[in-house]
Amino acid sequence: MGSINLVGVSKSFGDVLVIPSVDLEVNEGEFVVFVGPSGSGKSTLLRLIAGLEEVSKGRIEFNGQDMTNLAPAKRGLAMVFQSYALYPHMSVRENIGFPLKMAGMPKSEIAAKVQEAAKILNLSEYLERKPRQLSGGQRQRVAIGRAIVRQPKAFLFDEPLSNLDAALRINMRLEIMELHQQLKTTMIYVTHDQVEAMTMADKIVVLDHGNIEQVGSPLDLYRAPDNLFVAGFIGAPKMNFLTGGEASRHNATTIGVRPEHVQISKSSGLWTGKVGVSEHLGSDTFLHVNVEGQQAPLTVRTDGEVQLNYGETIYLSPEEDKVHKFDNNGKAIR
Amino acid sequence: MKLRVLSDYPAIVVLFIWMLGPLIATIYYSLIRYNLLNPRIKGFAGIENYEFLLTDFVFTDSIYNSIQLLGSIIGITVVLGLLISYLLDQDLYGGRLLQLVIISPFFVMPTVSALIWKNLLMHPVNGYFTYLLGLFGLPPIDWFADIPLGSIIIIVSWNWLPFAVLVFITAQQSMSLEIKEASKMDGAGHLAFFFQIYLPHLGKAIGAVVMIQMIFHLNIFAEIFTTTTGGPGTQTTNLAFLVYRKALLDFDIGGASAGGIISIVFANIVAIFLLRMIAKNMNSD
Ligand SMILES: Nc1ncnc2c1ncn2[C@@H]1O[C@H](COP(=O)(O)OP(=O)(O)OP(=O)(O)O)[C@@H](O)[C@H]1O
Ligand SMILES: [Mg+2]
Repeated sequence: MGSINLVGVSKSFGDVLVIPSVDLEVNEGEFVVFVGPSGSGKSTLLRLIAGLEEVSKGRIEFNGQDMTNLAPAKRGLAMVFQSYALYPHMSVRENIGFPLKMAGMPKSEIAAKVQEAAKILNLSEYLERKPRQLSGGQRQRVAIGRAIVRQPKAFLFDEPLSNLDAALRINMRLEIMELHQQLKTTMIYVTHDQVEAMTMADKIVVLDHGNIEQVGSPLDLYRAPDNLFVAGFIGAPKMNFLTGGEASRHNATTIGVRPEHVQISKSSGLWTGKVGVSEHLGSDTFLHVNVEGQQAPLTVRTDGEVQLNYGETIYLSPEEDKVHKFDNNGKAIR
Repeated sequence: MKLRVLSDYPAIVVLFIWMLGPLIATIYYSLIRYNLLNPRIKGFAGIENYEFLLTDFVFTDSIYNSIQLLGSIIGITVVLGLLISYLLDQDLYGGRLLQLVIISPFFVMPTVSALIWKNLLMHPVNGYFTYLLGLFGLPPIDWFADIPLGSIIIIVSWNWLPFAVLVFITAQQSMSLEIKEASKMDGAGHLAFFFQIYLPHLGKAIGAVVMIQMIFHLNIFAEIFTTTTGGPGTQTTNLAFLVYRKALLDFDIGGASAGGIISIVFANIVAIFLLRMIAKNMNSD
């Protein structure tokens, strides 16, 4: 009972067209991630679904019913904001219970539901505290608690982890995934971090300039990006792009090779290059190699133990079946 | 280490002399017989001046009037101020202009505003209110005779409402948009939002507005002087006006000084109990 359908949704602020036209299907129980660079319209799209912004054109349907003009509270959705948006003068207990209180639920029932949510989120000890007496991660959990008590049809998250430090971010990421497994509720999650998108999503929606560039499972997008934008956005480090002679040899305008799909040799290979800076991560090493005839250096992944010196000449060969080809409109050739 | 008060804390010393000089002089005058109309009556009076004043019904009336003025003006400006700033926060069409219009009375000085109200609006014959009442076939109200204290309260509230609005608008700007949106998602309507989120957020600002107005409205004078001159009878005589009346109408310097000292005590009672209460409240979170 939590499927969401966008049909020809468009949004302009004044005469600035931010979202030209979006069609999207979110299935019941799915974990969908909106990803894209800053300003690509992720938040706007989420806020349209939440009802915090009015749709300029098109329809939003929940379970087949038109909800385009319904007030936010009536949509049965819960949203978790980037800045947590907790009510500063209310205790954790009151914060979590607030939506239930607004719904006119009896006090005893509210208390029970708050207890239950607090237990799931490990907040039981902090119920009497005010938000400012909590750490960032705890605040985020309170915000999630406030969302789950209502048993919404779907959760909307707008970059909920971007204010946390790296270690906590990974932790909370796992907690949210765990929550999704437990509740099996539809979740729409906005992030500009493609690692978050890859690890959490059942379905990724890549946005650029308000347009959906591609929709698919993380591995679909990794293996078969539809265009240059998606190819460059999904995967870390970024895919290498080559143009010119190398590309025309593949009958393409541009070809793309991921850093992990290039073989290195000290004796022979397809491309000759000089080793530039290298980044040692322990498990992996990322080499930046200046290849003859290419302007931008290629990034190549090797194992962590490799010993190559700056300026050394090496030979690179791409794994031919993993080369991505793009035409002069940037579309993938398959 | 030797503490040299004069050279280390010159400002404090000056301030002390500045404040203590007049205070001591006032205390001194309040203890002697000193009437400009009757210079032959003189000498030490003891607490006679105080006794005379405290048993005078004018004095009790003036205390009562002072409290009524203070309470009503603060009540009106805070309640209306909150409603107006909440409305201004709602993305109204023309909200900016409205804001400017609402704030402008603050720039009118008290004497002028009192005269505007007296001659332009509240005049029983030529006043605009009389004209408006006439449109509905209602008899005119002689404001300063029928509800003198109420009229003064209206005038001062009109003058000070912008102050409250200004402070509240500034305070509400620190509320994050996300909190407003979260409350919308949580199903809070205007009423619930106003009482459960907006008011608590403005708690400190409300405290500040009440506190500052308390300090100013204990000494309302210009508005009374230009409209009712304390009358009819004693109906609009507050403490400040009583002191003026003693000194410059009755030429009783001793009595006026005693009134001054009593005002100071009265102000301190207000300060100690109410201001402390509010200040504590503001510090608590
Ligand atoms: N209220 C508004 N009025 C006018 N333009 C807006 C408004 N809100 C957003 N925009 C514009 O819409 C575009 C998309 O904004 P949006 O906030 O959806 O981006 P985003 O993908 O969430 O970016 P980020 O990752 O930085 O949060 C931006 O170009 C932005 O300037
Ligand atoms: Mg955003």
